[in-house]
Amino acid sequence: MSHHAHFPVAGAALAALVLLGAGDPSIDPSKSTLIATFRQEKVPVDAPFKRFSGHIQYDSAQPSAARAMIQVQTGSFDMGSADYNAEVADKSWLDSKSYPTASFVSTAIKSEGTGKLEATGTLTLKGRMQTLTVPVSVGMLGTAMTFDGAFVISRKVFGIGTPDWNDVLDDAVRVRFHLVE
Amino acid sequence: MKEPAAALGQATSATAAAVLPVAYTRTAIALHWVVALLITAGFTLGLTMNALPISPQRVRLFAYHKWIGITVLGLVLIRSLWRLTHAVPPDEPMPRWQAAVAHLTHWLLYALMIIQPLSGWLYSSADGYPVVYLTLWQLPDLVAKNKDLAEVLEQVHVTFAWVLFGVVMLHIAGALKHHFIDRDATLKRMLGRPGRP
Repeated sequence: MSHHAHFPVAGAALAALVLLGAGDPSIDPSKSTLIATFRQEKVPVDAPFKRFSGHIQYDSAQPSAARAMIQVQTGSFDMGSADYNAEVADKSWLDSKSYPTASFVSTAIKSEGTGKLEATGTLTLKGRMQTLTVPVSVGMLGTAMTFDGAFVISRKVFGIGTPDWNDVLDDAVRVRFHLVE
Repeated sequence: MKEPAAALGQATSATAAAVLPVAYTRTAIALHWVVALLITAGFTLGLTMNALPISPQRVRLFAYHKWIGITVLGLVLIRSLWRLTHAVPPDEPMPRWQAAVAHLTHWLLYALMIIQPLSGWLYSSADGYPVVYLTLWQLPDLVAKNKDLAEVLEQVHVTFAWVLFGVVMLHIAGALKHHFIDRDATLKRMLGRPGRP
C-alpha cells in the first residue's frame, strides 16, 4: 500500500469517474458486503457499510483489461446503535454531510495467477485520495462472479477521528469486501 | 494467641474437629478482599461508564470494566478450588436461621461472582465486541454477534449486577451485625485477627 494522500478532490472530477463504469456489470448490493474493522483498546470491532454500489468489468482471458469502480455511502456505516452511527457520521469522523461518498476507482489490474488479481486504484475518502494496491480473489457463486479482498487504511491519512482518540483507537482500519456481481 | 471459643468448643465434641481450622488461611483472606475491591470497582465503573458520552474515556472505562470482570472470574475459580480444598473455621455461635442465611448468602455470592462476569462476557460477544484482556489476549466469543440476543443479555447483566449488589449488602450487613451487635469474631477473622473483642 502506498501513501499518496491529501489531494482535495473536486466533485465534478468524481462525477466524471463515476460515469466511467456505467456500462460495466453491476455488483449486487444485497449479496455483497463491505466491512470495516477498527480496534479500540485492541478490541476488533466489525461494522458494515450498508449502502454501496459499483461496477466491475472482468474477463479471465484478459485480466489486465479489467476495471472496477466502487462507490460507498459513508453515512451508511452501521455500528449497531443510532448514537454511534450519528457520531461516526460527524465532521470529526467520516463527515458524511460534506463527503457523502467514498470511492475506489481502479487504475491498473494485473493477474497474479489463477483466480488472483492485484488491483491498483485510487481510494477517495473524506476528500482525500490515496493509491491502494489490493490483492483480490476471484470466484464464482452460482453463475455470479465474486471478488474478495481486504486492505488497511490509516485514519490519520484520511483525517478520521480527532487525536484524543489515538490512545484508545488504532490508526489502522482494515476493510474487507465480498463483492458479488 | 487465644483461639476462638467456638473452635475450642467444637474441638472437644465434633468428630471432624481435627480438620476444622480456627482461622481462614491467608490465601482465603487475600482472595476475599481483592475480589471485594474488584467487585466494588467493577460495579462503580459499570454505573459510571454508561452515563458517559461517546469519548475515549468511555472506551477506556468499558475496557477496564471488562478486564476487572475477567479478573474476578479467574480469581473466583481459584477461590472456589481453594474453598473446596481448605476447610473454613466453624461459625461463631448464632441462631440456626442466621447461620443458614449466612451460608446461603455465601453460596449466592460464589454463584453470582461466576454468573456476573460470564453474563458480561456473553453480552459483549453478542454485541460484537470481543473481550481483549488487558489489550493483550483476545478471549473467544461465547456467542456469535446477534443484536436481539445482545439486548436480552444486557438486561440479564444489569439485573444480575443489582442482585449481586443486594446480596453483597446483605453480606456486609451481616458482618457488621456480628461485629457491632453480637460482638463476635466473624468480621475479625476475615481481617486476619483471631479472638473475640
